Amino acid sequence: MTQFIIRRLLQSIPTLIGASIVIFLIFALAPGDYVTRQLENPKMTEERAAQLRALYGLDKPLPERYVSWATGLLKGDLGDSLMFRKPVVQVINDFIWNSFILGVAIMFFEWLIASIVGIYSAIRQYSVFDTIATLLVFILYSLPSFFLGLVMLKIFAVDHRWFPLGGMITTGSNYTGWAYIVDVAKHMVLPVATLTLISVGGLSRYFRANMLEVIKQDYIRTARAKGLKERTVIFKHALRNALLPLITLFTLELPSLFAGAMITERIYNWPGIGKVVLEAIYVRDYPLFLGYTMLITVLTILANILADVLYGVADPRVRLK
Amino acid sequence: MAKNIVEFRNLKTYFYTEEGVVKAVNDVSFSIREGETVCVVGESGCGKSVTALSLMRLIQSPPGKIEGGEIIFDGRDVLKLSEAEMRKIRGNEIGMIFQEPMTSLNPVLTIGEQLMEPLMVHKFMSKKEAWNKAIELIKQVGIPRAEQIMTSYPHELSGGMRQRIMIAIALSCDPKLLIADEPTTALDVTIQAQILDLLRKIKQERNMALMLITHDLGIVAEMADYVVVMYAGKVIEEAPVRELFKNPKHPYTRGLLKAKPIIGKRQDKLYTIPGQVPNPIGLGNYCYFSDRCEYAMDICRQKIPQLTADENGHKVACWLYEGEWKK
Ligand SMILES: Nc1ncnc2c1ncn2[C@@H]1O[C@H](COP(=O)(O)OP(=O)(O)OP(=O)(O)O)[C@@H](O)[C@H]1O
Ligand code: SF4
Ligand SMILES: [Mg+2]
Repeated sequence: MTQFIIRRLLQSIPTLIGASIVIFLIFALAPGDYVTRQLENPKMTEERAAQLRALYGLDKPLPERYVSWATGLLKGDLGDSLMFRKPVVQVINDFIWNSFILGVAIMFFEWLIASIVGIYSAIRQYSVFDTIATLLVFILYSLPSFFLGLVMLKIFAVDHRWFPLGGMITTGSNYTGWAYIVDVAKHMVLPVATLTLISVGGLSRYFRANMLEVIKQDYIRTARAKGLKERTVIFKHALRNALLPLITLFTLELPSLFAGAMITERIYNWPGIGKVVLEAIYVRDYPLFLGYTMLITVLTILANILADVLYGVADPRVRLK
Repeated sequence: MAKNIVEFRNLKTYFYTEEGVVKAVNDVSFSIREGETVCVVGESGCGKSVTALSLMRLIQSPPGKIEGGEIIFDGRDVLKLSEAEMRKIRGNEIGMIFQEPMTSLNPVLTIGEQLMEPLMVHKFMSKKEAWNKAIELIKQVGIPRAEQIMTSYPHELSGGMRQRIMIAIALSCDPKLLIADEPTTALDVTIQAQILDLLRKIKQERNMALMLITHDLGIVAEMADYVVVMYAGKVIEEAPVRELFKNPKHPYTRGLLKAKPIIGKRQDKLYTIPGQVPNPIGLGNYCYFSDRCEYAMDICRQKIPQLTADENGHKVACWLYEGEWKK
């Protein structure tokens, strides 16, 4: 096992190098840079712009720029954010945990609801419950997050004022301890609900499909032929098999905990990394955006390794070599 | 004479598919006596498995439904039992093994876990007792290193060993009846012979009835006391094994016997019954074999022949024999 993990980590080095080159090139070759944005400012002269480019190192040839960025990466230095005038690492650290708590809550509710709905739909296939669930799932599935987000905001924050309009804490408040937690939780409700509703549909279909697939297997018939209770058949014999492919899905979803949700965070003005990165794109703050993308890349590669390891632990047929 | 352990009476099991109603088991009656081996034979799709699964009440529903008849098992009509009562029969009074040993065991549970389950559920054994009994069962079905097998997973075992484990599971609660649905079809020939030997040995030791589903007449000759021949959802002939092989009556049965290769008698080509099994949807009131029967008469296409016994208790459903004893 340890050997497997070490080998996979070593194997991912070339992947990372390749990915860093591609990511770097995409952003470097995209038209415009941080200074172009500044040119919209009438006081900005071409001369000043050239000076700025030299300052940020944007005038150097591409390979040289890549090498200096990549050497920084190796040392854990992602450069400075142009827009925050702070090290990228620090900017990410300032915002990512706000996204993380949102992500954890969403993932928790998403998997909880999807598993219950999906499994129940499968064991009661074509029942009223299944039909209604299927219909709802497709409606939710087809809603864009900005639409659902705005509708929820309008209904629950503007019309009814049950929940705050946005942000993470009530402005001007300085709650501490329990009161602070409650305040944050209140602000979380709408973004969490929006993103959970949107993602729960697809996942519940996965649960349902896997469960239906497993229920028709021969070993389920064997379990019934043994005279086991239906509950044992479903939860002991079927569920374990149905969950196997979902372990991978779950693990691969872990990096998204850190990725933030650009659109929803923006709608609810949540100070998360998604919102910040969206702004970084607007102003062409490439160091920040590159750093963020590399971080997600690394997390995704790690999640892949973790997925294989967990699958190997859960499925006796898989032996990691 | 031993009493009946199972009696199928006019069993009708239908499947409601998009193409129409499949009368998979269409008015089937026969019985199995205590300690007897009854072979159910017939071509693929004739309703053998559905008959057995109806007895276990394991017909997938929808699309399947038991539409009529009775199945008397040990004095009770299983079709009238509650689900909880039925569970006490499954795996306890009736054991069942299936055709596909490769997929019949749960891939994520150990052999031990799967063997101990029915013992703990039906015989209320503690984990420890069930463990010991399971080891004993593994030894009984002829697998060495039982302790090691207990902690193995199905994929670590060969097909033959898995089928032995399935037999061990089916036997664990000392059932009165063992249903074996083509237990050797998926195995290669030497393993087949071993599994059949094992079934015969176990059956003798326990004086248990065996309902053996197969389409291999070689197995029938070797194992059966009594044979039930099915065709398109109906029993078309039944008789004690010797009588059936000596004196097959139904043209279909004769065809089956002719289709079987005979050792020492080299034939250029094996005989096959011409034609195909009829489409099981929307069969009418006529002999279902009439399309393929070389003796077909007018009446065969107008009326369905009923299963009728001769003086020796040899039953056949065919117009050829109708006149003989109905003078
Ligand atoms: N779940 C199902 N849905 C629809 N039709 C079914 C289903 N199960 C069985 N049938 C139909 O019932 C008929 C009898 O099937 P059955 O499995 O009993 O055949 P069999 O005699 O066991 O054949 P084989 O030798 O291939 O196992 C077939 O025509 C089949 O199409
Ligand atoms: S009833 Fe007629 S068609 Fe059917 S098997 Fe007998 S002779 Fe042939
Ligand atoms: Mg079958």
